[in-house]
Amino acid sequence: MNKLLAEEIYYNMVLGRTFELAAKEHYMAGDISGFLHLDIGQEGFSVAAMKAFEKGDVFTTYREHVMAIARGMDPRAVMAELFGKAGGISRGRGGSMHLFDPSHFFYGGDAIVGGQIPNAVGCAYARKFQGSEDGVMVIFGDGASNGGAFFESLNIASAQKLPLLFVCENNGYAIGTKITRVAPFEKQAKKAEPYMMTKEVDGMDAVAVYEAVREAQELIQAGHGPVFLEAMTCRYEGHSMSDPGTYRSKEEMGICKSKDAIERMESYLKTMYGLTDTQLQGVQRRAQATVDDAAAFAAAAAEPELSELFEDVFCKERVNASF
Amino acid sequence: MLYREALNRAIDETMAADGTVVVLGEDVGLYGGSYRVTEGLVAKYGEERLIDTPIAELSIVGNAVGMAMAGLRPVAEIMTANFSLLAFDQIINHMAKYRYMSAGKIALPMVVRFPQGVSRQLAAQHSESYEQMLSAVPGLIVLAAGDVNYAYHALKYAIMSDDPVVFIEHELLYNKKGEVDFDADIDPFKARIVKEGSDITIVSYLKMVDDVMEAVPQVEKELGKTCEVVDLCSLNPVDYKTLEASLKKTGRIVVVEEDHKTGGYGAQITSWAAEEMFYSLDAPPIRIAGEDVPIPYNRTLELAAIPTPEKIAKRIAEWGKTNGL
Ligand SMILES: Cc1ncc(C[n+]2csc(CCOP(=O)(O)OP(=O)(O)O)c2C)c(N)n1
Ligand SMILES: [Mg+2]
Repeated sequence: MNKLLAEEIYYNMVLGRTFELAAKEHYMAGDISGFLHLDIGQEGFSVAAMKAFEKGDVFTTYREHVMAIARGMDPRAVMAELFGKAGGISRGRGGSMHLFDPSHFFYGGDAIVGGQIPNAVGCAYARKFQGSEDGVMVIFGDGASNGGAFFESLNIASAQKLPLLFVCENNGYAIGTKITRVAPFEKQAKKAEPYMMTKEVDGMDAVAVYEAVREAQELIQAGHGPVFLEAMTCRYEGHSMSDPGTYRSKEEMGICKSKDAIERMESYLKTMYGLTDTQLQGVQRRAQATVDDAAAFAAAAAEPELSELFEDVFCKERVNASF
Repeated sequence: MLYREALNRAIDETMAADGTVVVLGEDVGLYGGSYRVTEGLVAKYGEERLIDTPIAELSIVGNAVGMAMAGLRPVAEIMTANFSLLAFDQIINHMAKYRYMSAGKIALPMVVRFPQGVSRQLAAQHSESYEQMLSAVPGLIVLAAGDVNYAYHALKYAIMSDDPVVFIEHELLYNKKGEVDFDADIDPFKARIVKEGSDITIVSYLKMVDDVMEAVPQVEKELGKTCEVVDLCSLNPVDYKTLEASLKKTGRIVVVEEDHKTGGYGAQITSWAAEEMFYSLDAPPIRIAGEDVPIPYNRTLELAAIPTPEKIAKRIAEWGKTNGL
């Protein structure tokens, strides 16, 4: 990976973690409410996947702040959405779990586990139909890989040879349920093997994720039909802010945190490109400044008007015509 | 005792008394349930009777149907109403119809439990209510637990019932405190008179009962009249007898529901009042319900989308004044 890209990925990872830590703080201060799912620990995957799949549509879940920002969404608009403000990307109506930005081809917040997978299949069909070469990426968790929507999608995408990249972000848990307690094996790619090419990548290694996603996108673009990528990751926090996460031992968490993707990227930058600690600290300061600015923006942003409650239930023409 | 503790106790006691009762759902076992309703039960009854399932709602209910056909008494937990939609085929096409389609040869002694409604800023995919759809399905008993004592007794009944029951809870009630009279003989199909009064019958269920109770002092003060508050408890079948007695006394009925107004459950009650009780009415029946919009995340908009004690009080007082009170 070239230096510029490596630095860009590193910056976004640090930005992501700084953003999530700020979100956590603001949740505890009462500025953010509802379900807040933090991506801390999984930033390497989130950022590298977005940067690698630059062109094409991306579908993902409720754990999507870091992806949204890496995809190019303004951190101010993301933080303001978490605060429920009119300046938020979904004008405060969506909140943390629903960050949609079609201008970035990012459909970032399905909070129905597995629900976005069939949507991605349909999108891939449409893109193929429209003659687009970019393809579609759908990200979901290990937990989602046990649902009907997942299995139906594997079948349809492969039967129709759709340009779709399935990415299972396997952090080993669906809330408190360890994957091996509810599935016969730990690695979910096995379920896709009869249907498509599968690959596993260390999700705590951003460089590896980047390369794996690039390679996979090239395959689907070349008309191979769908590809399945499984990224093994680890979330450091509870499932959401309402989950104390007591089902994982200290030991397990220790092992998990020892693979920290940000630290790994730092040593990559140091050994490959001779970056110094001072330079890395400069990046961290830049990230902190961006997040501070986003939080200040969110705090000062206006509340949505009460009339917005009724907006966007239907198209504007219909509303203006009163049906 | 807390509402969730009452539910826990009901499951615990039926599991202890009847070895065929099993619980299945996401995180119901080791985790103790996402609202802690099944806390501690896996330690007592083991993983064979507290089955942690994958995230597969269709299978949770579908498997429960099969278990019930084979003679178990499954209690299926769905994390929230919104996710029950993935199981609607099993609930409506299977759970509700097997007895009828088999000319009574197949019984499904099972319960599907889930919380519903607006909690706090969980946004559009986590805030819905589906009592209106489920109550429209012949073959399903639909109970709505708005009270701690009722929750305990009704869930015990539901688990031991030989008919399939949809047991609806509310997101915001789990930590509600209340007394449980363990020896009471509670008929789960009987509506509960929460407060007696003589001028207006206010019918509600689930969390809206609490909101109505909060609104009532204001209404009574403004109108100088008294309200009778009824918690419907059983949404299907409906205890029309209790409603009739109350309405004959008051001559006025208001239905308060949290869900979107169009097609909402309360329409069943006001339409019954119009059809069956017309000559006892001194005022047009009204419904106070949520707006016809998905539930937004922003707190102010969220509260604007649903009835609140203030809105309930204001609407009833206005209506009362224009209708001779
Ligand atoms: C259909 C459905 N069922 C249940 C839930 C509740 N729920 C939200 S996230 C989650 C766990 C998902 O685990 P996984 O797919 O591994 O994703 P992760 O959170 O680990 O990223 C559950 C059960 C839901 N949102 N949707
Ligand atoms: Mg997971």
